[in-house]
Amino acid sequence: MTLLAVERIKLLSTRSPWWCALTALLLTGGFTALVVSQSNAQFPATVSATQYAYSFGMAVIMVLATLAVTTEYRFGTIRTTFQAVPNRAAALAAKATVIALVALVIGEIMAFLSWGLATLIQPEADLALNSTADWINVAGVGPACALAAVVAMAVGILVRHSAGAISLVLIYFLAAENLVTLIPGVGADIFKWLPFNVLHKFVTGNGESANGAAYGQPLSTSTLSPWWALAYFAAFAVVLLAISIATARKRDA
Amino acid sequence: MIEAQSLTKRYGDKLAVDDLSFTVETGRVTGFLGPNGAGKSTTMRMMLGLDNPTGGVVTIGGKRYSELHHPLRTVGALLEARWVHPNRSARAHLAWMAKSNKISPKRVDEVLDIVGLSEVANKRAGGFSLGMSQRLGIAGALLGDPEVLLFDEPVNGLDPEGILWIRKFMQRLADEGRTVFVSSHLLSEMALTATNLVVIGKGKLISQSTTEEFVARATDSTVKVRSPHLDRLRPALDRVGATVTPTDDGLLVAGVAGEKIGELAMENQATLHELAPQQGSLEQAFMQITGDSVEYHADLETESAEQPAGHAAVTN
Repeated sequence: MTLLAVERIKLLSTRSPWWCALTALLLTGGFTALVVSQSNAQFPATVSATQYAYSFGMAVIMVLATLAVTTEYRFGTIRTTFQAVPNRAAALAAKATVIALVALVIGEIMAFLSWGLATLIQPEADLALNSTADWINVAGVGPACALAAVVAMAVGILVRHSAGAISLVLIYFLAAENLVTLIPGVGADIFKWLPFNVLHKFVTGNGESANGAAYGQPLSTSTLSPWWALAYFAAFAVVLLAISIATARKRDA
Repeated sequence: MIEAQSLTKRYGDKLAVDDLSFTVETGRVTGFLGPNGAGKSTTMRMMLGLDNPTGGVVTIGGKRYSELHHPLRTVGALLEARWVHPNRSARAHLAWMAKSNKISPKRVDEVLDIVGLSEVANKRAGGFSLGMSQRLGIAGALLGDPEVLLFDEPVNGLDPEGILWIRKFMQRLADEGRTVFVSSHLLSEMALTATNLVVIGKGKLISQSTTEEFVARATDSTVKVRSPHLDRLRPALDRVGATVTPTDDGLLVAGVAGEKIGELAMENQATLHELAPQQGSLEQAFMQITGDSVEYHADLETESAEQPAGHAAVTN
């Protein structure tokens, strides 16, 4: 508990998490408002459409998570941390927990803010959350962001430089996985198992939250069920974190 | 007591610290002296468990750093003043450190007061001058009221007022019975603050002794002689095996005590205009001792043979 408090003080006593949180909210809220306000009979406002922009917010949260650890390396506070807490595994696990919790909170606010804005803009559209798929599509954004943040932080520990780590995380998240589909033949089969594609499956399911409308979020090609998809991505995040912590323990700080 | 045994650190094929063994005694200021690049910082990082030694161990009070429970309460350290997040306030920086070792939040205000940063406690540390950062670092080191304090080049880059403050501060810490281990590449600085010296060069131990011994050994070697009768005095000096170096207006004599030179002058009826032990030039002497172990020579003729220590320190 002490270590969690330490990491909370560290994270919230700098400005970047606040700016990142604000950016994530403005980006997703603004984008959702634009999309939903332009909806019509052909492109109806659905629960799925309210979360159209969640991945933008998630990208910003991943930047936050990466920075939370790379700035420690940049400014040498990681050494002060290891000096105060020689058990590096405990210190970094506490950091991951705090970052995941913060990402969870931002993710939930982001998702429900977008959904709330949509219901204000289109009061007569059917945006009620009345199925599991609807709920996961909105409330699932929080856990998805939390796990994505852990992945980003693990990359931050491994790379240590802000620019390098952020580029790696964003390029992979926004472009690299989709480029794999361009490989003839096996591309699509590999893509099915790539982590962020699978995570997207958890959030969007088979598109039930779009009420059958084609207009909504593009769907994941993963063949896992939403809960298995979440478990798969969680395992990916934990393994990556474990590797990064093991590396940090061996390395000179 | 700090004890290093056969401490070795290798980076690639370069030995930064080479089979280094020494002890730091309790309740004193011990200077850790060596030219730049001698491995002082690496050794101190290994003491704090930040770098893993390639071989050997270093213990503090018989325990490795990683075995200490709430280490900030046993060992306070300032290795680098800039190890602070620039957007975090001085108070927040100390607050998380205090929290991590279950130190009372009240202690944060106490140490801020000790180092004189109370007024800027809520300002972002990125706006601090080097001197202020150094004070913040010292506040962090004092946070757990530790028995042992490590400082790496604490006066580097400070203005004279800051240097004086640090110097007095170290003495105060030792007076309180704490063990202070402080590194520097300036012998003149260490001669003022440390009672014991551990001297290293190229990662190897050169000597471990009291400061007095080291300074005596380092400086009693040359005597300056001016005389109108050098033609008579010089052969006499040669006969007793002295090393004689002519200078502009006299001789620099090594290997013979001043008294002996005086007696020789008397015997040879030579008038002496000057007979002066070259005391001040600590830096010069330090370089004689560590000379071969400086990592990167600049091949500059040092012009400081006659400069007092203070000057030598500034030019360094």
